[in-house]
Amino acid sequence: MADVTPMRTGAETALVDMFPAVKASLPGTAKVADARKAALERFQAVGLPHRRIEAWHYTDLRGLLREAAPIAPAPDASAIASVQSAGDPLGDIDGIRLTLVDGHLVPTLSALDRLPEGLEVTPLATALAKGHPLVDAHMGSIARAADDPLPALNAAFVSDGVVLRVVEGTALDEPIIVRNVLTGDTPAATFTRILLVVEEGASVTLVENHEAFGGVAHQGNSVVEILVGDRSQVEHVRVNARGGNGFDLSTLGVRLGEAATFRSVALAVSPAVTRHQIGVVFAGEGASLSVGGGALLNGSQHADTTLLVDHAVPHGVSRELFKHVLDGEATGVFQGKIVVRPDAQKTDGRMMSQAVLLDDGAAMNNKPELEIFADDVQCAHGATCGALDEDLLFYLRARGLPLPEAEALMLQAFVGEAMELIAHEGVRTVLEGVVESWLRARM
Amino acid sequence: MLEIRNLHVQIEDKKILNGLTLTVNDGEVAAIMGPNGSGKSTLSYVIAGKEDYEVLDGEILLDGQNLLEMEPDQRAAAGVFLAFQYPLEIPGVATMTFLKAAMNAQRKQRGEDELATPDFMKRVRAAADKLQIGQDMLKRALNVGFSGGEKKRMEILQMALLEPRFCILDETDSGLDIDALKIAADGVNALRGGERSFLVITHYQRLLNYIVPDSVHVMAAGKVVRSGGKELALELEANGYADYRSQAA
Repeated sequence: MADVTPMRTGAETALVDMFPAVKASLPGTAKVADARKAALERFQAVGLPHRRIEAWHYTDLRGLLREAAPIAPAPDASAIASVQSAGDPLGDIDGIRLTLVDGHLVPTLSALDRLPEGLEVTPLATALAKGHPLVDAHMGSIARAADDPLPALNAAFVSDGVVLRVVEGTALDEPIIVRNVLTGDTPAATFTRILLVVEEGASVTLVENHEAFGGVAHQGNSVVEILVGDRSQVEHVRVNARGGNGFDLSTLGVRLGEAATFRSVALAVSPAVTRHQIGVVFAGEGASLSVGGGALLNGSQHADTTLLVDHAVPHGVSRELFKHVLDGEATGVFQGKIVVRPDAQKTDGRMMSQAVLLDDGAAMNNKPELEIFADDVQCAHGATCGALDEDLLFYLRARGLPLPEAEALMLQAFVGEAMELIAHEGVRTVLEGVVESWLRARM
Repeated sequence: MLEIRNLHVQIEDKKILNGLTLTVNDGEVAAIMGPNGSGKSTLSYVIAGKEDYEVLDGEILLDGQNLLEMEPDQRAAAGVFLAFQYPLEIPGVATMTFLKAAMNAQRKQRGEDELATPDFMKRVRAAADKLQIGQDMLKRALNVGFSGGEKKRMEILQMALLEPRFCILDETDSGLDIDALKIAADGVNALRGGERSFLVITHYQRLLNYIVPDSVHVMAAGKVVRSGGKELALELEANGYADYRSQAA
């Protein structure tokens, strides 16, 4: 492996060359600037991941990412006005809104001056420029630049985002909704980041909605790090309905405290390539985790969910449920690994990945893994993939549903099972609506 | 009127129906009886439009329309209803969602307006009450975790709501105890009348004590070998199918 030094691809060269051109405009203290440089060097050393790297075997990003789009320019007044007038897909939900436009937090579209008690929000650009104790203590500690090229690139180029602190014992009734909107009509890259620190006994729902105008093939690289404090409860929902055959690369890193509860559901619709990588560490005993996801693809689209659940301590419970709907020549990838360390007795882990293939050209790669070093545990994994059940379709058709409607009803139920993991009813309804529109467009 | 003429059907190179001919008049309840493997369930699936079967010859006409040229959903909209021998479980699809989708899909195909929710709810509640189907069953996913009797009652509920022109009951009595059988039969009898006709498929005469047929047809080796009135069922019950097995061979 080490003796192979492939030539840099055009996209790799563009990313490396972009850094000196933009680094002066990126926010941060001298210390942050050093960290950016180190992260870029890290990326430079390994390049874009490719199929000879095991964790990327089914998603050859070096081959898939032909051109690196330029970084989105900071939004001007008209870009901001266009977001304001375009309407909010989550508009029906009462929530604490924080809006990133073209990779930059826009205060006029954010609830910075009307936050509920117990919630502190700092724009990440400000935190990087002035220093921030939570950034110093935690940023990059869960989704580490050293582990993977995606957080490395993000650490080098990150423009903005939010630092969120939910103070001990605070129960936030309304979800925090982070909208991440791209306005440009030519492909642009964004590198955004959220750091959420939930202190002991607090509870919060965080929703990320990735939006774009007019189906442009943007390239997003987002990192979310969440520290779930002892006995706190966190729900995280991520939606990417940007479409437009863009790239959506995301890394979610979570650390669970004692008796903490964490739920996360991600939904991806029609990107050219999406890679959602999730790493969860059980750092405190008795925590519980449920992670779910759905991807709806057609054409030559590609969706990869890569999950690592690390049970480092005893009495952890984890549940994972992922659903892929693959039409045309789309490819789905699920790589899930549950690690149970020697001390993590009484761990209870279950992982399931299911795919429906709607066309002969579609393909699913499932790679579930268990690595168990403790002897008193319950762990299971399963993977299924196949066509829709002909007998069920006949039953529905015999009741009067035309084939496309019968398929849509079954697919909605299939993906719905993962969406049901979302506790917040309003948010769940929005995601079900996103699924429904994809299915309707197919009919 | 349903007319089946000289129907020949095979599945995976195995001939199941061999020149079956049968007419069911408007308002008629016709019973089909016969030994296992005589092709009774195949007949019900072929009328409803299941794709696994290859029709080699013959016609099925409902009021003169050739059903064999129609998709299963078009046949349903034209008034064909098959009450399944083994109703399928559909996880994740709430029973109410399914009922509404089915009723509106048929209305749409017939060029009628969709049902408004209050009207839909009223119809479901009225029909469910008659079949002793509770709200809890309607809230669950379709047929998931239902008992055999509950599944059969759910089929009759669908039949009542979809108001079909021609109903096929494929061994509706199988797996039912006597109380459940009475409820199901009462549900069917309530739908008798007018032009609506029925094809009742069963092994046993018992069901026909509750749903009294106008005609009885004996099927063996893929065709109707004898037809008669309701007394034919009693004769079969007494003598069994042995005569017809040899006749078919």
